[in-house]
Amino acid sequence: MTDLLTVDFMQRALVAALLVGTVAPMVGIFLVQRRLSLIGDGMGHVALAGVAIGLVTGSAPVLTALVAALVAAVVIELLRTRGRTNGDVALAVIFYGGIAGGVVIISKSPDGTPANLMKYLFGSILTTQRGDLYLFAGLALLIAVTTWVLRPRLFAVANDEEYARAVGIPVLPLNIVLAVLTATTVVVAMRVVGLLLISALMIVPNAASQLVARSFSSGLRWAIGFGLVSSVGGVALSYPLNTPSGGTIVLLAVGLFVVTALVTGILARVGGRRHDVAERHEHEHGAECGHPAVPHGDHVDYVHDGHLHAAHEGHYDEHGVHHHEDSLAARDGATTSDTIAPTTGTRP
Amino acid sequence: MLMRSAPLLPDGPAAPDAVVALRGAGFGYGDRPVLTDVDLTIRSGEIVAIVGPNGSGKSTLMKGVLGLNERTSGTVSLFGVDSAEFHDRARIGYVPQRHTLSASVRATAEEIVSTGRLARIGWLGRLRAADRQVVARSLEVVGLADRATTEVSTLSGGQQRRVLIARALAAEPDILIMDEPTAGVDAASQHVLADVLERLVERDVTMVIVTHELGALERLLSRIVVVDGGHIRFDGTPQEYAHARDHVHHDHDSHHHDHELDGHASLAHGPLDTTHPEGRRP
Repeated sequence: MTDLLTVDFMQRALVAALLVGTVAPMVGIFLVQRRLSLIGDGMGHVALAGVAIGLVTGSAPVLTALVAALVAAVVIELLRTRGRTNGDVALAVIFYGGIAGGVVIISKSPDGTPANLMKYLFGSILTTQRGDLYLFAGLALLIAVTTWVLRPRLFAVANDEEYARAVGIPVLPLNIVLAVLTATTVVVAMRVVGLLLISALMIVPNAASQLVARSFSSGLRWAIGFGLVSSVGGVALSYPLNTPSGGTIVLLAVGLFVVTALVTGILARVGGRRHDVAERHEHEHGAECGHPAVPHGDHVDYVHDGHLHAAHEGHYDEHGVHHHEDSLAARDGATTSDTIAPTTGTRP
Repeated sequence: MLMRSAPLLPDGPAAPDAVVALRGAGFGYGDRPVLTDVDLTIRSGEIVAIVGPNGSGKSTLMKGVLGLNERTSGTVSLFGVDSAEFHDRARIGYVPQRHTLSASVRATAEEIVSTGRLARIGWLGRLRAADRQVVARSLEVVGLADRATTEVSTLSGGQQRRVLIARALAAEPDILIMDEPTAGVDAASQHVLADVLERLVERDVTMVIVTHELGALERLLSRIVVVDGGHIRFDGTPQEYAHARDHVHHDHDSHHHDHELDGHASLAHGPLDTTHPEGRRP
């Protein structure tokens, strides 16, 4: 590893991976939430047209790609809001127009070789220039801060757009901000994973994190974790294995997803078989059910006929016998407190 | 434009406690009105049910008040301000009819309810301790304080409905507008839900409940508005409603329509009719 870090371009590559691995899943979770998992892919297509224009005109491809992706992002979001029927088709026109235009324009540029095209489509982290790196760092910081500050609002709009509109949360501006964040992430990740694989780094870590998370905030943290492991791990592995960094990163992310799915699946089966379910009852335990609430570890149990009941996925788990007889609710029948039998948890 | 005046109604446009006032209002989508000529005033403290069969226009009416569709005619004023100039939308709490709270990503009840608080804290404001307390209290009111950190997809249908009520309460609104709060909820949960709404009634929360069946909610209401065929067909107290319903039944059976009740003829059929097969529980 020390060997890796002494190589100058590897240092740059790892820093770029660190930036991309953090911001791509951060933005991606909102795309997953809005069921727009593939929109990053489309923006990558449009960014290629921007790269091509940059190569032909001799300006920085990163900047022209950024402009193209940003324009596409705003147009797409406006189309989504306006067009009720053909928005989907309009997106397809923009995306494929972008990639076709990109390929044709690149062929006319002085260094329009297939190798050059591949570099942008699949990433070539090892050619990242120092100047690019500063720009990427600046953009990544901007993405991270904006996403973090607006996180509750982006969550609210993605969660229930109609409600957000009804209570006066600025829905369209927030959706445009998310589109702009997506476009910027695409450009930052362009060198590292390539325009055709960017979407994977935004979406796949989130797919894995949703398997383990129990809340939105923990989902976000897990996704950043998976993203960082994939991107930094992928770059580190690609050097000794002599493989393209973009593909290695995405394969690692997919591998993490598969392993997570297997592990959580097995754990759920084992856990599901092991726990005792309380007998069914019509009422719901809560502040006013009359059954005393007892803190039990990280949750609250309710004392029901001397047994501890804990809410679990639509039923109640049997958490054993309650021993503080004096705290039993009078409403539950005054006689029960004397007659608690030392039973074990029973299934219905 | 035709000036509409309603000299017979005790409430003018200047009724001081009018939360919502519609005058000759029409609503629809893309200039095509679904609902026309609506005169309706909802005062502070009222518990109003807006009832009608599917496709009657009751949801269009509700969305019109919420500013979610286009107004095609007339005026809408909210808290005495014309709706076009009304920007404090957080004062109107909305409880939509949703069957899943967060289908695509994991989220806790607390996280969903917190989104209701955002309308109160501006573009960049953070949720402070005081806001978190309001969120916690909202969950308490709906009886879900112990489920704050539970992932919402594991909650029952009735509990999810209560999370949506808590979300609306978190904005500390002056009126709650609820879309079919009891639809698709089992009997036991309907009672819990009715208890929650009763608690809100005790706190003097103004409520508009859009529903196709009154069921367990009927005892809470102070007023019933019937919408059918794009118009308001009836507007009165539950007693008047019961009377009108019986009267129309009688009328219908004897094939003798009197002029005054012609507009109420639709009451004879449809889900409002408790003896009608359509009134069954879903």
